[in-house]
Amino acid sequence: MSAAPLLEVDGLRMHFFTKAGVVKAVDDVSFRVDRGQILGLVGESGSGKSMTGYSILGLVDPPGRIVEGRIVFDGTDLTRLDPAGWRAIRGNRIAMIFQDPMMTLNPVLRIDTQIVEAVLAHADVSRESALARAREALVRVGIASPDERLRAYPHQFSGGMRQRVAIAIALVNGPDLIIADEPTTALDVTIQGQILFEMQKLCRESGTALVWITHDLSVIAGLADEVCVMYAGRLVESGPVADVLERPLHPYSRGLIDSVPSRNERGRPLHQIPGMTPSLLSLGPGCPFRERCDSANGACRESPAITEPQPGRRLRCYHPAA
Amino acid sequence: MADAEGTGTAAAAATGGAAAIGPWARFRAEFAESRLAMVGLALLAAIVVLGLLAPVISPQNPYDLAQLDVMDSKLAPGEESATGKTYWLGTDDQGRDMLSGILYGLRISLGVGITSTVFALAIGLFFGLLAAYFGGWTDTLVMRVVDIQLSFPAILIALVLLAVLGQGVGKIVVALVTVQWAYYARTVRSAALVERQKEYVEAARVLALGRARIVFRHLLPNCLPPLIVVATVQVAHAIALEATLSFLGLGLPITEPSLGLLISNGFQYLLSGKYWISFYPGIALLLTIMSINLVADQLRDVLNPRLRR
Amino acid sequence: MLAYAIRRLGQSLFVLLLMSALVFIGVYAIGDPVELLVNPMADEAERLRAAAALGLDRPLLEQYWSFLQGAASGDLGKSFVFNVPALSLILSKLPATMELAFVAMVIAIAIGIPLGLVAGLKPDSFIGRTIMAGSILGFSLPTFWVGLVLVMIFSVHLGWLPSNGRGATVLVAGIPVSFLTADGLAHLAMPAFNLALFKLSLLVRLTRAGAREAVLQDYVKFARAKGLTQSRVIGVHVLKNILIPIVTVIGLELGSVIAFAIVTESIFAWPGTGKLLIDSINQLDRPVIVAYLLVIVTLFIVINFVVDVLYSLLDPRVRLGGASAAH
Repeated sequence: MSAAPLLEVDGLRMHFFTKAGVVKAVDDVSFRVDRGQILGLVGESGSGKSMTGYSILGLVDPPGRIVEGRIVFDGTDLTRLDPAGWRAIRGNRIAMIFQDPMMTLNPVLRIDTQIVEAVLAHADVSRESALARAREALVRVGIASPDERLRAYPHQFSGGMRQRVAIAIALVNGPDLIIADEPTTALDVTIQGQILFEMQKLCRESGTALVWITHDLSVIAGLADEVCVMYAGRLVESGPVADVLERPLHPYSRGLIDSVPSRNERGRPLHQIPGMTPSLLSLGPGCPFRERCDSANGACRESPAITEPQPGRRLRCYHPAA
Repeated sequence: MADAEGTGTAAAAATGGAAAIGPWARFRAEFAESRLAMVGLALLAAIVVLGLLAPVISPQNPYDLAQLDVMDSKLAPGEESATGKTYWLGTDDQGRDMLSGILYGLRISLGVGITSTVFALAIGLFFGLLAAYFGGWTDTLVMRVVDIQLSFPAILIALVLLAVLGQGVGKIVVALVTVQWAYYARTVRSAALVERQKEYVEAARVLALGRARIVFRHLLPNCLPPLIVVATVQVAHAIALEATLSFLGLGLPITEPSLGLLISNGFQYLLSGKYWISFYPGIALLLTIMSINLVADQLRDVLNPRLRR
Repeated sequence: MLAYAIRRLGQSLFVLLLMSALVFIGVYAIGDPVELLVNPMADEAERLRAAAALGLDRPLLEQYWSFLQGAASGDLGKSFVFNVPALSLILSKLPATMELAFVAMVIAIAIGIPLGLVAGLKPDSFIGRTIMAGSILGFSLPTFWVGLVLVMIFSVHLGWLPSNGRGATVLVAGIPVSFLTADGLAHLAMPAFNLALFKLSLLVRLTRAGAREAVLQDYVKFARAKGLTQSRVIGVHVLKNILIPIVTVIGLELGSVIAFAIVTESIFAWPGTGKLLIDSINQLDRPVIVAYLLVIVTLFIVINFVVDVLYSLLDPRVRLGGASAAH
């Protein structure tokens, strides 16, 4: 913990300025990722986890804007970069993999074009050597007969194969950090396992750090070192993955863990968190979870600050579980 | 879909809040969001009123020869005539007041445009529903005719028809209906097909509800939004097409001068610098078509659920 | 691919035959050309002789049959007015129309697509809104009236450009073209722009709509996440996707440009097929009308076919005749 982290997100706020009002999609999120570490970013849809990922790469489109906070990557505050500076980082030192492999590859461009352009965007090499790297990347993600595959179009691939291609593109420039936004959610269960295993292996081999965004706690359990739980744009709890899963402190994390089927005994009804995710637009002050929370009381009308109840664990709640 | 997370919830909240005020009020509010569209709507309303009131508000009846004075022919706008009258938009070769001519012309252009749209809509609706409801060879036959027809430019079909039929108000309406019905048939069919596959229509069938009831209570209402958009656009097209055909000398006869005919009439004087005989009717035509297009554009955005943000 | 082409060819021939019958029967109903061609003082015998010479005394079906026989050998009858084969009359006017249509289309593409891209990428900016407002205006302006206003401004008022005719032409591969001479260009400028305006507005709207939809796609975000430059993201990832519908529309609109050239040619006295058609309708020159329509229909069919092929080249997901089944 003493060395400077690879990525440090500090007090990040990213808001959408819509006609209907300000949507606080990311509202005070802080975390750090060390070199080679895997961080799980967990939350329901609408919790702002994907938006946090986009913010790190500067891919937030108007009317969204980072309004506060720092994103320090390897000593550089990314929020201060100009477009060219951000472009030099993207796909080179930080890469991203998206949720739906059917949508992320451009349907009208051949695979080789799509990998080679990623290489050429950052390295001053010939097309031939870029193509060689592309081929190598495909082999690394386990794609057979890469030469034939390079000349194919995305529609000739299955979903799992396309995600492998997307991973190959992310890996091709040897990034320090990969942000994976639910990359297995859209895939068949058997393929999910394969991709998960291979991602983990590739990152460990190459020392690439990984931010794995997911709504699925069971994925995080076997994959990540650290976990951050997000709710309604805010970070509610974080810490080492084993600690958080064994002894969740925030009522929301607890509810999330209890609603995973495998953790329940057979025959007992599954736990459900009552109510729905609040609209980020109409969100007033106070803890956004209080409407759904068993422990909530009058104090929760005031927004809780981040505390550090144990070393390495952080929490945003007045009523931590014992 | 991950990138829609934040905005998605915002949109959900916005529509959720608006649902309480009723669909008509929401439609009005959403339509009024575009100032340009409101300007278009106001302009269109003004044009329709002017056209309707033409006999009342025109300075003269441009087709009562007794009121025309050949001495006043081809006067420039604002120029005082020998008889002491002032024609604000000038006069044409027969001494006809252009302002009056334009007001009467508007009346004819709007009348032809709207009449043909109503007939085309009725015919298109009938065949579109027929094709969607029965499917099979009925569908194939209707849609094949529609496809072939739509693969030819409207102006070409109308031109040939008028060449065959000759001139006249009734004939140009027939020509305009012939070129337009296919758009409605296609629109209705695709909208009705989408609805037909939905469960409630299936449920209505299982309940053995009458065919007419299924068609009129279930299919028809759901075809209306796209139909309204197409109809608005088509009124503008019909007016433009009629004007074009009349300009080419194949549309309306000289006894029923629409805006197109007025413009055509002034064309020969254009090269000698007497621009106003063509120019002002053209402005009236342009404003009419543009106001309809502005309204149609906003209608399309409001009625299209795909674009609703 | 070959099977597909043969099937398309069969369909096309059927449409052509259908159209020829419709057109022939329709046009047959137009007035009596004898009235027009024969001296009004002529007696009945003279009229009959003229009608017989033109083949107008035979039953409709027989006339159509002989017309079809002639058509099969490229003979679409003789112009009543000019007394030359109708087909060669049309073909002699076709280069002028095609030149006008192509130049108009090039203008529409060269201006419309970039403007549409800008409007689509910056929909809420001042320039984006201005472009959209301009395209609504371009959509609303009746072609013939724009033509008049152009003549009014550039010929009458400023005296810069000639108001009619084609100007000096040079032969390129045996076909006369205007755009290679200064005089020809001066004559071409107004009619071509006039004809282009409507399509230009259409392309602006189409490109804008496509760009607005494309930039929301994940593949665009992924392309940006690769660190590509903005110009590559827009120029390759966005543009190549929206080009597919645009090329289709451009192809299909080429036909309508040729049809709308009728109006433009009438205004600017451009010596093409459109002007010939209007003159022929006014003079009841039946064979020329029929020949014009058949040539146009054939042209449309060819254009549609070329568009389909282009479409399959641009979009790898579309394979003509199911050739991709192997994957």
